[in-house]
Amino acid sequence: MSMVAEAPLKNAVPTDQELIDFVVREARLIDQQRFDEWLDMYADDAFYWMPLEWNQTDPRLTCSLMYEDKLLLSIRVERLKGARTFSQKPKSRCHHVLQTPQVDSRDAAANSYVTWTAMHYVETRLEEQTLYAAWATHHLSVEDGRLKIKLKRVDLINCDAAFGNIQLFM
Amino acid sequence: MTRYAGNAAALRALVRDQEVHRDVYVSEEVFQLEMEHMFPNSWVYVGHDSQVPNPGDYYGTTIGTQPVLLVRHTDGKVHVLHNRCPHKGTRITSETCGNTGKFFRCPYHAWSFKTDGSLLAIPLKKGYENTGFEQSHAAPGMAPVRHVRNYRGFVFAKINDGGLDFEEFFGESLSSFDNMVDRSPVGQLKVAGGVLRYMHNCNWKMLVENQTDTCHPMVAHESSAGTVVEVWKKAPPGTKKPMAVEIIAPFMSPYEFFENMGIRIWDNGHGHTGVHHSIHSDYSAVPGYFEKMKAAYGEERAKAILDENRHNTVYFPNIMIKGPIQLLRHFKPIAANKTLVESWTFQLVDAPDMLLERTLMYNRLINAPTSIVGHDDLEMYERAQEGLHSNGNEWVNLQRLYSPDEAEQTNVAVNGTSEWPMRHQFRAWTKFMTMGM
Repeated sequence: MSMVAEAPLKNAVPTDQELIDFVVREARLIDQQRFDEWLDMYADDAFYWMPLEWNQTDPRLTCSLMYEDKLLLSIRVERLKGARTFSQKPKSRCHHVLQTPQVDSRDAAANSYVTWTAMHYVETRLEEQTLYAAWATHHLSVEDGRLKIKLKRVDLINCDAAFGNIQLFM
Repeated sequence: MTRYAGNAAALRALVRDQEVHRDVYVSEEVFQLEMEHMFPNSWVYVGHDSQVPNPGDYYGTTIGTQPVLLVRHTDGKVHVLHNRCPHKGTRITSETCGNTGKFFRCPYHAWSFKTDGSLLAIPLKKGYENTGFEQSHAAPGMAPVRHVRNYRGFVFAKINDGGLDFEEFFGESLSSFDNMVDRSPVGQLKVAGGVLRYMHNCNWKMLVENQTDTCHPMVAHESSAGTVVEVWKKAPPGTKKPMAVEIIAPFMSPYEFFENMGIRIWDNGHGHTGVHHSIHSDYSAVPGYFEKMKAAYGEERAKAILDENRHNTVYFPNIMIKGPIQLLRHFKPIAANKTLVESWTFQLVDAPDMLLERTLMYNRLINAPTSIVGHDDLEMYERAQEGLHSNGNEWVNLQRLYSPDEAEQTNVAVNGTSEWPMRHQFRAWTKFMTMGM
């Protein structure tokens, strides 16, 4: 398993290719279960949002599958390492197939960049393997010369279906 | 092979004072008999009347495995109808919920029905003349479930004519619904926020039992709640405790906490944990809420309502409610080894939004298919569903704090780690399973 390191940004304003590489790298870190490095891609005030409703606009007074700040994400990462995390014995594995991310908007003055990525995500544990189709929207900004995720929104194509366990990250 | 059909004695033999036979969880035949007898003999939760606020509004759900519709009739009353066309059996509604206007129309042959189910019209009606159609099973229209009761917005239905009337079935247990509704300054709840639906490969009763199982949180949830406690310890001193930590950390409370919280037992399998306190006791106050309650009820009554900290109230056979956070979990049986868990949330009408925000956070942190607490539980249920196929021991042990005279007692509060509620649920199971057999 290659341990490709994060490439520093060449300039203060990221290029489209740098945004794309960043999004692809995020999926790769999840697939390789490098969760500490993955968490480090998130800004301290970041949220990971997986809506429950189609075209959901409100994460506060409408329920979501996930709407988690960095504290909750770090709890998930710690839990995955736990000796008594029985639902991860044996561990789940996952696999992303991304379409090339599209840069939907870039606003250097506001330090705000948005990408949109169609993807298939497979999560597997023991004999079960489940395929999910989703779109990921990344809201990114530059902090101390590095790109960071401010918000990652994952819209499942069947967000309102009854699911079994989804234990890792899309 | 049929072992149990029409054999009340064999069914009774599955439930002993301190243990139950594994067939109550793994046998497809027993499951079918539950659907044919136990569910139709019981008052089963259908839905909340705020899901159908206007005439013509409907919501499709199940009683056991039977598809039914909750519908608001033109006269404003809520009805429960079997959701099949009397003609060929086609499910009438296309969406889970919606508004059908003044009548239902079957999408197959355009038979139409009033919103109380009665037959309105059939195309080419002449073709039924002189055929004795009036005497057919189809003539009355969509069959209504005859016994329906709306209790403060919560709609229950009983399919069979026999059995107990509503008050007798629920008795004093309705006080948990009262407390949940009274938490609104205007005494009204509204379904809000969306429903979480989580598929479980296990028997529905494992979920019901787990609602009063207070010896599992500090063990099965060590991975989630224990991690929350450990991660939170590293927060800089003086950091305000986030709502999420307030919600999950109490799952790690020691045995003593759960022993002292108490469990109350009512008739017919109902009961609740959290007689004295619960994992919901120490939530931060929501600004402005108590003032509204005080203005509505007076200080003493408002305090009495909010000091009630019931943890989980189980209504036999298949729902649980959490009054202090306005949540209802519906354990919908699909097969002996398959259950759909729906977790519904309610808004307290005229209360601050932050209460709904907390309710929704609780729901997604604890009850979502993406919830780490949910993962802990489901892993245990699925391992049990698998392990019960072992012939090394055909019995499930439920004898913690058993007392020989308990079957005769009701409305008693006992040690919070007792498995009495589970034994009690199975006494009700036997009663409603074999009723009229």
